[in-house]
Amino acid sequence: MLRPQVSGPARTGCYLRVCGLGLLAALAVACGGGGGETPAGSSAGPTLIQLDGSSTVFPISEAVAEEFQKANPNIRVTVGISGTGGGFQKFCRGETDISDASRPIRPAEIETCQKAGIEYIELPIAYDGLAVVVNPKNTWATSVTVAELKTLWSPDAQGKVLRWNQVRPSWPNREIRLFGAGVDSGTYDYFTEAIVGKEGASRGDFTSSEDDNVLVQGVSSDELALGFIPYAYVEQNKDKLKIAPVDDGKADNGSGPIAPSSDTVRNGTYQPLSRPLFIYVARKAADRPEVQRFVDAYFGASALIREVGYVELTPQIYDLAKKHFAERKVGTAFGAGGSQVGLTLEQLLTREQ
Amino acid sequence: MTLRPSDPSRASGSPRAESRGEDPRVAPSHVEGRHVSTPPGVAVRPSNTEPRRGTRKIEVLIEWGLFACALLSIGTTIGIIAVLTIETVAFLEEVPISEFLFGTEWTPLFAMPRFGVLPLVMGTLLVSAIAMLVALPMGLLSAVYLSEYAGERLRRVVKPVLEILAGIPTVVYGYFALLFVTPLLQRVMPDLAGFNALGPGIVMGIMILPLVSSLSEDAMRGVPRGLREGSYALGATKMQTSVRVVVPAAFSGITAAFILAVSRAIGETMIVAIAAGQQPRLTADPTKPVETMTAYIVQVSLGDTPQGTLEYRTIFAVGMLLFVGTFLLNLVSAWLRERFREEYA
Amino acid sequence: MSTGTSRPSNIGPAVATPESRELALRRVADVAFQVLALLVLVVALASLATLIWDIVSDGAGTVSWNFITGFSSRRASQAGIWHALTGSVFVIIVTALIAVPIGVAAAIYLEEYGGRSVGARIIELNITNLAAVPSIIYGLLGLGLFVRMMGMGRSVLAGASTLALLVLPVVILSTREALRAVPKTLREGSYALGATKWQTIWHQVLPVAAPGILTGLILALSRAIGETAPLITIGAVTFVTFAPDSIWSPFTVLPIQIFNWVSRPQVEFHANAAAGILVLVALLLSMNAAAIWLRDRYQKRGLS
Repeated sequence: MLRPQVSGPARTGCYLRVCGLGLLAALAVACGGGGGETPAGSSAGPTLIQLDGSSTVFPISEAVAEEFQKANPNIRVTVGISGTGGGFQKFCRGETDISDASRPIRPAEIETCQKAGIEYIELPIAYDGLAVVVNPKNTWATSVTVAELKTLWSPDAQGKVLRWNQVRPSWPNREIRLFGAGVDSGTYDYFTEAIVGKEGASRGDFTSSEDDNVLVQGVSSDELALGFIPYAYVEQNKDKLKIAPVDDGKADNGSGPIAPSSDTVRNGTYQPLSRPLFIYVARKAADRPEVQRFVDAYFGASALIREVGYVELTPQIYDLAKKHFAERKVGTAFGAGGSQVGLTLEQLLTREQ
Repeated sequence: MTLRPSDPSRASGSPRAESRGEDPRVAPSHVEGRHVSTPPGVAVRPSNTEPRRGTRKIEVLIEWGLFACALLSIGTTIGIIAVLTIETVAFLEEVPISEFLFGTEWTPLFAMPRFGVLPLVMGTLLVSAIAMLVALPMGLLSAVYLSEYAGERLRRVVKPVLEILAGIPTVVYGYFALLFVTPLLQRVMPDLAGFNALGPGIVMGIMILPLVSSLSEDAMRGVPRGLREGSYALGATKMQTSVRVVVPAAFSGITAAFILAVSRAIGETMIVAIAAGQQPRLTADPTKPVETMTAYIVQVSLGDTPQGTLEYRTIFAVGMLLFVGTFLLNLVSAWLRERFREEYA
Repeated sequence: MSTGTSRPSNIGPAVATPESRELALRRVADVAFQVLALLVLVVALASLATLIWDIVSDGAGTVSWNFITGFSSRRASQAGIWHALTGSVFVIIVTALIAVPIGVAAAIYLEEYGGRSVGARIIELNITNLAAVPSIIYGLLGLGLFVRMMGMGRSVLAGASTLALLVLPVVILSTREALRAVPKTLREGSYALGATKWQTIWHQVLPVAAPGILTGLILALSRAIGETAPLITIGAVTFVTFAPDSIWSPFTVLPIQIFNWVSRPQVEFHANAAAGILVLVALLLSMNAAAIWLRDRYQKRGLS
């Protein structure tokens, strides 16, 4: 009588059993963990907070999320950088709980959210001075005027304004290489509104990216580069970039070229490139305790905001924002929507009230 | 003579076990009077000798199940073509195909949208050309050396190294291109922009070199020894034999390798996404930032791509172009390889 | 007839004739060619060495237990890679679970049942083509099919399904090789004993081919673990500070985290990227080592 040897079929069976167990385990984890979460659906289960949106606001949200998670290890936070526009698209589809924005919500986005039944609470959290930067080896661009920026960035410049001396005759006859935010970016919207005069209108032949790190890398490694970047990124890369002070040609709010800094942004002399930064919290998400705690963290984050390189708002504005959040006041203070150029802190306060 | 086991009554030359009075659950210990032992690993279990009528149906079912899995690969191709086509067609409803294929400005997301894909194509071709300038001669030379000259010891050292080069993740090459090669080149060429086509092109060439080398070597090894020996018999040196006899003989195989390398370079994503730049530019100048087709898809994917918008569709239109291009190249390469095999098989 | 050597120099007149000059030239050319080819190989090896040296020198100082078990942070010195590492491992496991049954089944069909039929030929041709499609196209397929149409969202499942499709051609090809290596006599012996086709495959062929299949699978997966583009396209997130806990959860993988760090201009993050690369390479090496060990171990035990 031959005894079957434990090889062939047993081995296959063993392999099968291991795989089968593995599959079952994975399914168990999947179903167990995925119980409260819908795949592409709205704010996933109770312990996940999803943010997306502006690359400008990202450093703040990242810092707040990091400190928050250290204090609350079982609450998870993810932060994406799809750009202000991209963030709103996700937000109005119900895919995110909080949208980072470097400009107020636009009419088209207001409508989309309305149609989807998503209500939002608008909260200003910081102030940014959008900086114009050049490479440290750039010796000629010691300042730039708004008019020159307009020549450089308006849609007609596409394919035509390609050299430095076309912008200012005293500048060298060398190629100019441009870097700027991408079209999904609130920074882009704001810059075009402030400089060109129309939101979204600019030339298209420059290196555009929603990721400001790419822009820093581009400008810092190219002698002939010029770009516009949120101040936080300049602050973190001081040795790689050189700021070009901006002269807006208006004497009443500081004459001559003015460089962005926390002072000039706060006292309103760095114009027109100073702007408020927002977070938009979904009304439904605001009822969740962990989201409330998270939003509160923003209001107590002055040190983080300064560390990151932005300007914190005045205590009155923060109190007002806290009140709005507690009352769940939905809607936006910027009716016509879109970027508001030249908004000082006081004006912001008045608006929000 | 492989017995088709589907008809059990004809299986094995020996009469049914039961009729011999043996336990049917055990492998027969007597076949035609001789004692046989089962080969190791062949265990006979009870299920083998269940009534055969049921197993026939199961067998057919299993075969169909396996066939379905094999069909899935066709499903994948159909899926790729379908997804790309649906979105490209929707894209072409808004943008005329002549503008797409022949326009020279690619600014699809801006206020003055232009949908000419040529700058992206140019960027891809520029980087790929530089990569080919590096990979093709070096790959072919190293293949010639490895197949005609190198001793066993050298081959044992070099081939694994080449395989390692081929197995490194492309994001590592991207890091290398941006943070080592470009600064190095900038010391020699101060006008070189931080994002350019030269650095990633060279690095891509190094990445593709092993592919060219191993495929060319395969092709050259397929050339019959007789050809070589005839050449030596006529007094040719090794170099003459390699260059004038073996390489021309393996020509279609080597060309197939080259074409496959080009296809690989065109489809490469991470090296260019990290190091080549994000500025679509119709230029042959490798010192400036460019954007390739693949880098564009990555750039848009890093943002938000809501379904149904023109922005979403542009990545599929570009993807379609990429797919068609590499597909045609792969087909040509496969056809050449087949022809080569027929010549010498 | 000796192969590979030029004619001995003692043939021919002692005087420098045109022929012997030509001969000398040819020999010089021969040597020059050898030197050139050798140089090319040296350059290739030197590139690899430079790459390794660059990454190790940039990143070795940053690799530490804190780095491996930490999560991402805005401060480079505190940033870790745990979320990406677990993300990678989790995605690869799910990818394997999807790709193995389908790939092995397809290969079995093609190798054992398909034969030379037209259908099988078409499928084979198709698989060879798929193996050469750029990986970003698979990302587009995943985006259109898994994320949108099937509504999986930007989850581990969508990522793993996309990667499974990507590695499927390689799995099928290597499984076929493994099946082909099984000696015919084994199959014939099994048929001779009355086994059906499927019983033969299941009980005889597969166990013998299993180590080869496993090796091929591990090599395919080690390619998948380095894939960045398809996962970016389906939307792995930038800032994730937790290990994924289910197949529906958002995730990120090692290559994407490395990509993210490389894109940051601060030098400290570059060091993190290099360290991340070292971790990724360590993972790859261990997978390849596992493949080699498995192959060797089962080759000793297997039928030969």
